[in-house]
Amino acid sequence: MSKYYVDKFLYQVDRDPERLAQYKSDPAAAVDRWERELGVMLGTRDAVERTTWLSLTDEERAALIAHDYVALFELGAHYFLTLTIFIALYDEEYAARSGPLSFQREYAAKLSHWLGRQYPSVAP
Amino acid sequence: MATLSAVLATTHHPFYLKATELTPPAERIPQAAEWKRKVEAYRETLTAAKPDLLVMVGSDHFHQFFLDNLPTFLIGKQPAYDATFYNEEREFGIPKYTLQGDEDLSGHMFQGLLDRGFDFAISHELKLDHSIICPIITTRPQADLPVVPIYTNIFAPPLPSARRYYDLGRAIRSIIDEYQSEKRIAAIGSGHLSLELGGPRQFGEHGPDPEWDLKAIDWLARGDVDAVLDDVTFEKLSASGNATPGFLDLVLMLGIAGPEKAAYVDDLDLFHTREMYVTWYPNGDPR
Repeated sequence: MSKYYVDKFLYQVDRDPERLAQYKSDPAAAVDRWERELGVMLGTRDAVERTTWLSLTDEERAALIAHDYVALFELGAHYFLTLTIFIALYDEEYAARSGPLSFQREYAAKLSHWLGRQYPSVAP
Repeated sequence: MATLSAVLATTHHPFYLKATELTPPAERIPQAAEWKRKVEAYRETLTAAKPDLLVMVGSDHFHQFFLDNLPTFLIGKQPAYDATFYNEEREFGIPKYTLQGDEDLSGHMFQGLLDRGFDFAISHELKLDHSIICPIITTRPQADLPVVPIYTNIFAPPLPSARRYYDLGRAIRSIIDEYQSEKRIAAIGSGHLSLELGGPRQFGEHGPDPEWDLKAIDWLARGDVDAVLDDVTFEKLSASGNATPGFLDLVLMLGIAGPEKAAYVDDLDLFHTREMYVTWYPNGDPR
């Protein structure tokens, strides 16, 4: 498991409008492209140096492709990165359909089985 | 010697501008007018202190910094700072700014912190995020004063102890007090009361722990350092909401003010979170 690598995906895709649009329209292609083009590069800005030992697990990749923020929460992905990118993906269409904050409230409700329990740690 | 003319500790609600100005009046939340009134009253507490420059305390929210290289404490030393990232404009509608810096005070602060045992990281290409721009929008919207930005890590655990944030505030205070300058300096820091982001208690009718919020405001209002240091741990803060460790930057501000009663305290219960506005005047109330 690599919480760090999942967070790196969320961090890099959320700040890139073109990758974000692809993550919305074709998540499998966006995840695959990120793994080949950005995930393997050192840190978050390097264009030359590579990191050889990091990868997503099958479970992490499946959660990212499924836009499954509950699974990401349970894997310990950082709550701020996860919330921010899923607001970017879904807030507008939910708000138009069901009113302001309807996506954020559904998000909370889907995590309600964690109420009163200690959440998974976000520390990598 | 420089004069520390005001210390402000405030929550930063990134939707303030959107909720009170960018949204057409008919579509605004019911509290929008009251919220604006409270913010403008709070702004007066800074204006009255007639500051020449601002020491700003905030926390980068994974905008510039990431887990590949994450400073716990960092200071900027630049002639100017760009502000507001693409994804903050997208989500919150916060405009872009360029703030002037003060390299002399940044350098003095950096050296002073090292001398006092705070081994800071430094940046010469720091871009500011909403933890600093939100308080600029609320307390100094003309954005006309030079800033010295100090960033802390408040959301990528493990974090330093509450004592460490308080002591860092005390160190910043002594560095400002010893600074050879005729300038009037205000220190403004932003953080959170109880807050949940990306968890089951997010975006409720109130913050995730309204009782804790009132207790925390009371600690700051009375300058009750002992209660804060007895009661504030990462685990306890997190039990009140996963993003509640953002309160640690308000503990830091209490460190700058010292164990003193605040001169101004206000708050506003909103959906999702409670807003808080506190000001101390370490060298006398100018109002």
